[in-house]
Order: sequence, then C-alpha cells, then structure tokens
Amino acid sequence: MTDSATNAMNERKQKRVARLAKRHRAESRFKWYGRISIGFGIACVLLLFTDIISKGTGAFTQTYINLEIEFSEDKLKLTPLSSEKEIKAASFGSFFKKTVREQFPDVKGRKEKRALYAMFTSDAPLILRNLVLEDPSIIGSTRTISLIADDDFDTYYKHSYGKGLSSEDEIGRLNDFQKSLVGRFVDAGMVEKRFNTIFFTNADSREPELAGIRGAIMGSLLTLMVTLVLSFPIAVATAIYLEEFAPKNKITDFIEVNINNLAAVPSVIFGLLGLAVFINFFGMPRSVPLVGGFVLTLMTLPTIIISSRAAIKAVPPSIRDAALGMGASKVQTVLHHVLPLAMPGMLTGTIIGMAQALGETAPLLMIGMVAFIVDTPASVTDAATVLPVQIYLWSDSPERAFVEKTSAAIMVLLTFLIFMNSLAVWLRKKLERRW
Amino acid sequence: MSLTTLLIIVLASAATAYMLGRTRSHQVAKPIGGVRNLAALPSYYASLMGLWALIPALFLIALWSMFDGPIIDSLVKASMPETAKNLSSEDFSLVMSQVQSAANGINTGSALGAEYQSAINKLVGLNESSAKWMPILTIMVVVLGGLLGFRLIKAEHNARYAVERVFNATLIICSTIAIFTTFGIVFSVLFESINFFQKVPFTEFLFGTHWSPQIAIRADQTGASGSFGVIPLIVGTLLISFIALLIAVPVGLMSAIYLSEYASPRFRGFAKPALEVLAGVPTVVYGFFAALTVAPAIRNAGDAVRDWGAKNGIEFLAALNVSSESALAAGLVMGVMIIPFVSSLSDDVINAVPQSLRDGSFGLGATQSETIKKVIFPAALPGIVGGILLAASRAIGETMIVVMAAGLAANLTVNPLEAVTTVTVQIVTLLVGDQEFDSAKTLAAFALGLFLFVITLALNVIALRVVKKYREQYD
Repeated sequence: MTDSATNAMNERKQKRVARLAKRHRAESRFKWYGRISIGFGIACVLLLFTDIISKGTGAFTQTYINLEIEFSEDKLKLTPLSSEKEIKAASFGSFFKKTVREQFPDVKGRKEKRALYAMFTSDAPLILRNLVLEDPSIIGSTRTISLIADDDFDTYYKHSYGKGLSSEDEIGRLNDFQKSLVGRFVDAGMVEKRFNTIFFTNADSREPELAGIRGAIMGSLLTLMVTLVLSFPIAVATAIYLEEFAPKNKITDFIEVNINNLAAVPSVIFGLLGLAVFINFFGMPRSVPLVGGFVLTLMTLPTIIISSRAAIKAVPPSIRDAALGMGASKVQTVLHHVLPLAMPGMLTGTIIGMAQALGETAPLLMIGMVAFIVDTPASVTDAATVLPVQIYLWSDSPERAFVEKTSAAIMVLLTFLIFMNSLAVWLRKKLERRW
Repeated sequence: MSLTTLLIIVLASAATAYMLGRTRSHQVAKPIGGVRNLAALPSYYASLMGLWALIPALFLIALWSMFDGPIIDSLVKASMPETAKNLSSEDFSLVMSQVQSAANGINTGSALGAEYQSAINKLVGLNESSAKWMPILTIMVVVLGGLLGFRLIKAEHNARYAVERVFNATLIICSTIAIFTTFGIVFSVLFESINFFQKVPFTEFLFGTHWSPQIAIRADQTGASGSFGVIPLIVGTLLISFIALLIAVPVGLMSAIYLSEYASPRFRGFAKPALEVLAGVPTVVYGFFAALTVAPAIRNAGDAVRDWGAKNGIEFLAALNVSSESALAAGLVMGVMIIPFVSSLSDDVINAVPQSLRDGSFGLGATQSETIKKVIFPAALPGIVGGILLAASRAIGETMIVVMAAGLAANLTVNPLEAVTTVTVQIVTLLVGDQEFDSAKTLAAFALGLFLFVITLALNVIALRVVKKYREQYD
C-alpha cells in the first residue's frame, strides 16, 4: 500500500468520525430543543399559577379594627325600648364619627378628621345600625365592635406596614398622615387580621373591602344549571341519532359538518347570535342566567356531542348484535344496552363541556351580563353576572385592592375548574370499560 | 298562574297519566292471562298515555305564549281612536307602551287622553282573560289527551311503535339544533351586516384604512361622522396572531415531537397533562395575566433598554417606546395559550405516521433526529399544517386576552411594541353596554362578526380538509 492511499483512507476516516460527531451533536441539540420547549410550557404554567397565587392570597384575609363603642342613649337619642322605626331614623353616621373622634381627640382639622373616618369602611354606620336593630338592648352599654377597615388601610397594613420599605416601594395610596394613623391604630392594639368571610358572603360592591363573589358564583351556578339541563339531553340525543339511527345521506352529512364547524366557531360569535336572536328577536331580558345558559348551551353542544359519539362508538357491535338477537327493538337495544355502557364517556365529555362553559366570558359580555349587580341572583330570570365576567370587571377597576380580589376570584374559579377536570379524569379511569 | 307553575302542573299530570296507564294495562292484561298476552309491555302503554297527556299540552302552551302578545296588540289597536291608528310606527309603539303601563296600573305621568280609556280597558280585559283561559284550556287538553291515551290501552294495540316513533322524532329534532344554530349565526350576522352596508359602502369597509366608529350624537355635529375602514383591525389581528403562532408553533411542535419520539412513558405521563393545564385555564385568566403581569414587564424592559441606549448613545434604542398595551404582550400570552392546542394536534399527527417509515429510516443508519426531520416531519407535514391553521383560527377568534391586554386605538402599524386593536376587541367594545339596533356603530359589530365568522370558517374547512386527506393517506 502506498503512503498516499493510507493518507487518503485516514483522511476519509477522520472525515467520517468528524461527520458522525457532528450528527450526534445535531441529535443532542435537537433533543434539547424538545426539552426546552416542554420546559418553557411547564414554566409558563408555574409562572401563571405563582403569579396569580402570590397576588391573590392577600384577599383571603381582611383587616378589622376593633373599636370600643359606647352606645350611649344621649348620643343616639335612643333607649333600649325604641321602636324599629326610631332606630332606623336615628343618625348613626354622626354617632359613628363622634365615637371615632373621641378615641382620637388630638385629631383636629376637617381634612384630618375625614382621613380618620376613611380608615373604616364607608358602611360602618350601617353596620352599627344593623347591630342595634338586631339587639336594641345594647343601647346604653359599651361594646367592642370589629369594624371592617377601608381597602386602602387594608392594603397598606397587609403589604407595607412595618416592613421597613422606603416610601416609594410602599403599596397603596395613603398619605403620610393616614399612614401615621394606621400606626396609631396598630399601637393601640385595635387592628386584627381575620379570614375574609365577606369575600364569600357578599356580592359585588364599589367598595373593594365589601366586594365578594357570592353573587357571581350564584350567577355561574344558575347559568351552568340551565346549560346542563339543556345541553346534556340534546347532545346525547343528537349523538345517539347520528351514531345509531341516522341513515347515511346528505342531511346527516350536513348535520355532521355543522357540528364540526360549530366546534371551531369563535365564542364571541355565539354572543352575537345570542344578542341578535334571543334578546333582539325574541325579546328576552338582558343580563339573565337564562339567556346566558342558552348561549352557552349552543356553544358547548358540539363538544358534548363529539365526545358522546366517541363513547357510543366505543361500545362494541357485539353488544348490539346480542340484544337484537334476543328480540329487542332498535330503540330498546340503544336505551337498555348501548346508552348505559356509553354513559361514563358521555358524562366525562359533559363535565369537560361544563368546565369550558364555566370559564367562558366573551359571549356573556355580549348579552349584557356585565352589569354591576349588588344583589345575589335567586332565579334564572334575575339579572346576574358570572365568575369570569366578575374577574373581567374587577380587573378593570383602578383600586389596588381589586387586583387582589381579582386574583382571589381567579383562584376560586381555577379551583372549580381543577375540581371538575379531575372529576372527569377520575370518572374516565374509574368507570370507562376497555373492550 | 305563572308559566312555571303551569308547566310543573302539566308535567305532574303527565307523570300521573303514566302511572294510571301502567295500572290500566295491568288491568287489561289480567283477564287475558297476564302481561305476556299484551302486544306491548305495560311501560309502553303507560308512556303512550303520558305522552298523549304531555305533548299536545306543551304545544298549546308554546303556541299560546308565542301568539297571545301579537293578537292582543292587534285587538287593542282596533279599539284605539282613529288618530292613533294613523301615527307612524315609532310613535304608535310609544303610545302602545303607554297604554300598556297604564293597563298595568303604573302611573307614567304621561297624559293619555280619555279617548284611550277604552283601549286600556280592553287591554286589561284581554290580559286577564288570556291569563285565565290559558291554564284552563291547557288542563283540558291534558285531560283529553290522557283520555285518548287511556283508550289506546288495548291488548291488540302495539303501543311500542308509537312510543318509538316519538323517541325517534325527538332524536331528529335534537340533532337539527346544530343546523339551526349555524343558520341562526349566519342569518343574525348577515341581516345586520346588510343593514350596515346600506349605511356604509362595502368597499369603504373592506379597503378603508381608518377606523373610528364614533357617530355624531346630534345631526348638526361636525367631525364625528365615524369611519369604518377595517384594514387597521385586520392588520392588528394578524399581528397579534402572528406573534402568538411564532411562540406556539415551535414550542408546541417540538414538545409534541419530544413527547412522542423521545420521552419515556413516565415523563410523558407527567409532562403531557402538565402542558394541557394551559388549555384548561380560562381566557379571562390569561387576559388578566397579560394585562397585569406581562404587559408591565415588557414595558419596564423596554424602558430599561431605552435608558441604556440613551446612556450609551445608541440612537435607535434611545427612541424606543413601548406601549403599555403592546401587541407583544397580548401575542405572547395568546401564544402560550395555544401551545397545548398545537402540541396535541401535532402529537396525533406524528403518532399516525406508520412505524414502518421509522424502521426503514433507522435501518439505513439515520439518527433519530434525522429520521424525524427527514422522514416523519415531511410525512406529517400536511397534518401539521392543518393543525397550524386551526391554531391560527383560534388565535384570530380569541377575545378576552386581547380585550384585556390590547388597546382600543386602531393604529395601522406592524410594530409589535405599539398598541393595536383587533376585530374581536372592536366587536366587544361596540356591543357592551346599551345600544340601539339601528346605529351604524352597533351594526358595524355584526359586520365584523360576519367577517370573523367567514375567516375562521374558511380556515377550519381548509384545515379539516387537509387533515382528512392526510389521514386517508395512511389509513
């Protein structure tokens, strides 16, 4: 063998080794792209959840100010024997202000006094009045009453007070005098943090410290109820018809194409439909769960139909053959055998569809479920809002305290959704049979 | 009696009819040697009787509620004075509503002349008799229907056929709802759009480059005639969707490839559901995240870059101006939202590529990534393209993220750091709150809806075609 031939061989070998190394590098690079992509996705999940949770946990506590109040007969011009009417007519506003002023006699000047009153929720006189209404015998006695602190007080106390922050980093819009007032309240041992029950027992309010999600949750519940009652039977009937009875013809094809296309129509279009058809044409009232339920039914139908069809398809033909062979009619076969066996799959699909409906916002905005509603709805024809819309409304509010409430409402919404989805997964694992 | 109570009564009577029918069929069966000698099972006779009690009554209630309003109105109109009949339709409806509130005992303070008193009395009378007769007639129909069903309980009559026919008809009616929904969507947006295009020329809508839907409140007002050029909205929508796809497609596709080709079953079992969490988060949550976390972060980063640029004398950085409602923020978050959508669609497609193609490629000495890049990816490409089109239609139709995080100002720009607006944002802004159905502003929302519907429908149809074609290739 000549030298040149060996050299050429060595060169080729070197090239081959180099090429192989390059190919392996490309391989591991490619693998890393995949890992990075998945890492990115999971990082987004974590970021989203930590962001919401870190913003929202504050809303589950509420600051209260324990105020010693003398319900003196002179000041209220009431006696324990006063009638309800007299109590209602009494001026609790000035009584409250007087009581607060007495506790802080050195606060002088109109502006300072007003700042002092503003430490409490603007509903404080009303709360006192209700206390007296409930139990008139407290007139003449002295009680320690826990009053809800104003949202600015609450925000400052929870997030900035005593943390040694520079004044630029402090959250909230209290001025220095108000901050000093907070300090005095705390030093007097009057301030207390408690679990925020108001958030769960109140409906919406303009005052962040009084705003809660009860109304929205009830609205969501009513809307979902309408949706479930309508969409489940209709979807199951459609799925049964298409899978078991429908002849293969143009009309059936058309129905199928329609269902598949509806599944991909943007949700806001369903809102337009609801507005034009239900509200404008049929003259149904705005902002009510009934119409919301109708719109969401039309929206979730394709989802439930598609999964119900899959569930029916999964029932093996041998079951049908056996039933028919025993002399059952087609309807009996379906009702007695196919439907019960497909039910777990259908329920799973329904729960997922309901979860979708629960998180839906855009179509409900169109049919007017964005109104500011302070009352908790009691029936499907009461004006209401739903949880996602409440989140949208609050996220628009300028008050810092509403950011916290929004995040907390999102946490509640996500809890519901996680519960529903895990229920669906559990149902699928537990009840679905593999043939 | 309210409609709800009436419905409950009807349902309860139907249930009673069912029970009666059951008892009756057993009675009929007894003398002839038991249930086995009946043509159908007792439950079918019972159902038949229940259905006879239920369905005619429901029809009556539906027809009554639909037509009693118009009929009463026309009767009341007949008893109105001649002057009222000659009024224009708008003025007449005003008079009508005044008559109605007077009939309901609400004192509106508006002075309806004494000549309307007969119309008011008529309306009160008609309303009362309608409210009285509807339940009476309904219950009569329930009883009559029940009796008819009762008479049908005979040994030789096979009740099953009739019941199954009703069942079948119900199924068919339910399955046509999908068709009605589609028609409802098409017609509702089409009608209002036609109204809109009578006010605003079609070409101006489609090719106009200026969007400001403010309408003059007074006729003599100047400078607020409103202009409806949809181009800035389209550009904004495409810009945000493009950013979203720029995130979602590579990330989603690579995740799908890694999960289906490389990952161990254990890793797959953890990572796939974790990614799918992103699909279950409501869009309003993404919107909140985009508006309150991502957008400020981008703005701060932009400001930091600008300051740095200014310090170091780099001019184009020093001029950087990031809007607090930048398209970038909305697009990024929307991209994150679509990741699981792209990845699960691609996952299906990649898994559908036959194993034989992989084996062939490995047999020729290709590495795994080479097999993926040169064999699987080209084979799966049509399906992946279909998936991307579906994702694009999702991005174009997405509403809440852009409503909360993108702007309202219709800037015609492709700079992702500026605020743009989208078709969906405008639909929501134009329609939220009280609106009149005859102003161009409201109708414009429906024209935009039509536009959106057509675009997304076209994308979906194309995508489904492509995916279907591709599936057939390997089936």
